Amino acid sequence: MARPTQPALIRLTHWANLVLFAIMAGSGLRILAAHPMLGAVGEEYRWVPFQGTRPPAFLTLGGWLAGARHWHFAFASLFVLNALVYLAYFVASGEWRRRLFFPRRDARNAWETLLHDLRLRRAAPGEHGLYNGMQRLAYTGVLATAPLLVLTGLALFKPVQLPRLTALLGGYDLARALHLGVLVALAAFTVVHVVQVALHPRTLVDMTVGRRARHEGGPT
Amino acid sequence: MSRRRPSPLAPFGPPRPDPSRRAFLAAGLRSAGLLALGGLACDSARPRAGFLGAMERLNERFERALFDPKRLAPELPEEDDTAPEDFPAYKISRAFPAAPAGWALRVGGLVARPLLLSGADLQRLPRTSVRVRHHCVEGWSAVASWQGARLSEVARLAGADPRARYVEFRSFDAGYWSSWDLESALHPQTILAYGMNGAPLAMEYGAPLRLYSAVKLGYKMVKYLTEVSFLPERSGGYWEDQGYEWFAGV
Repeated sequence: MARPTQPALIRLTHWANLVLFAIMAGSGLRILAAHPMLGAVGEEYRWVPFQGTRPPAFLTLGGWLAGARHWHFAFASLFVLNALVYLAYFVASGEWRRRLFFPRRDARNAWETLLHDLRLRRAAPGEHGLYNGMQRLAYTGVLATAPLLVLTGLALFKPVQLPRLTALLGGYDLARALHLGVLVALAAFTVVHVVQVALHPRTLVDMTVGRRARHEGGPT
Repeated sequence: MSRRRPSPLAPFGPPRPDPSRRAFLAAGLRSAGLLALGGLACDSARPRAGFLGAMERLNERFERALFDPKRLAPELPEEDDTAPEDFPAYKISRAFPAAPAGWALRVGGLVARPLLLSGADLQRLPRTSVRVRHHCVEGWSAVASWQGARLSEVARLAGADPRARYVEFRSFDAGYWSSWDLESALHPQTILAYGMNGAPLAMEYGAPLRLYSAVKLGYKMVKYLTEVSFLPERSGGYWEDQGYEWFAGV
């Protein structure tokens, strides 16, 4: 029996994540605006670009530092809760099999897809299940990176009460740089993701109302 | 730090006189709608209300549960010191305020023996030094060493009443003040500091006496101290009353 391309719980957590991620990113950028330098006072990480530049106001949420902090902390737990619901379903339903990147299965397809997308190869790669290798690589990358957002966030929230976590992440200031770095990486992913969806609008329909797959060829 | 912006709901105060009944009804409906929404919605200018406020209360319970009164922040080596001229110094008054003549620290509230401690009295108490990371709500952090007397020692001398669950700190910096939970105030790394980096505390950093702690954000550490009161109920603070978190632990 064909399973839906996007099961209900995946669709639900996906769209909830969009809203929650936007709130967390916007309020986080407003918090950053209060002190847009990274690193300890007097010894900034010079290699980080755009230091001292406040994020543009239209990207921020919360209006002022206290407001943004309240938004950030109010929605942080919902953001994590939503991710945990997704993760539990992801594991229990076996969805991980057709979504995660397995090098042996997906590397070749990922490479061919990349060459095709870059117009370096004319022939389209063969049917590869729900996602092609590049998609699996990207989504797996997001799943591997996103926990770092939560862990660095906790280290910034409670550097004294969670000393081992903070030390593991290289200390308070490095955790702060990492927190922002992961946000930038996920934002970059989101931009590519949205472009891809615009190029293949059908995926948007699948992610919204769900659709029963008529057939699902290839390895799953 | 940014000041509080005027509330976007401010124009919704007294309705403008309008003889039209329809306008009056419309205004009434609008007010009712706004009030209903206000209970649920997130208003950055009023973070203690609505959903943001409810989540903050929940968050504070989580913070207080996570707080371990025996856990010490790591003492840092001297090489971690921020260059003294780079250590930020904030104030509320226009200029860094000077101590009034005959300055002494008043310790009162729910205590068996109210105290009036001069600088010399404080220096006679067991001297302790901490070098821990200072965390500002804005996101910067800095390191210096601070010398002073443990607040727990002062509480013991004054005979703080067990019913006093909160401690209020007043200063002579134009109305700056804050209040703390007792557990954080009695933390071994919470001190009344009269020295910084081995020298007497400079005016920019709160001379003659300031609060310094490993377990709170910078805005809780009141500088230019005049009064410490042990209280049964919690009070607010300069930034706290404007919407910043009250607990503000790290």
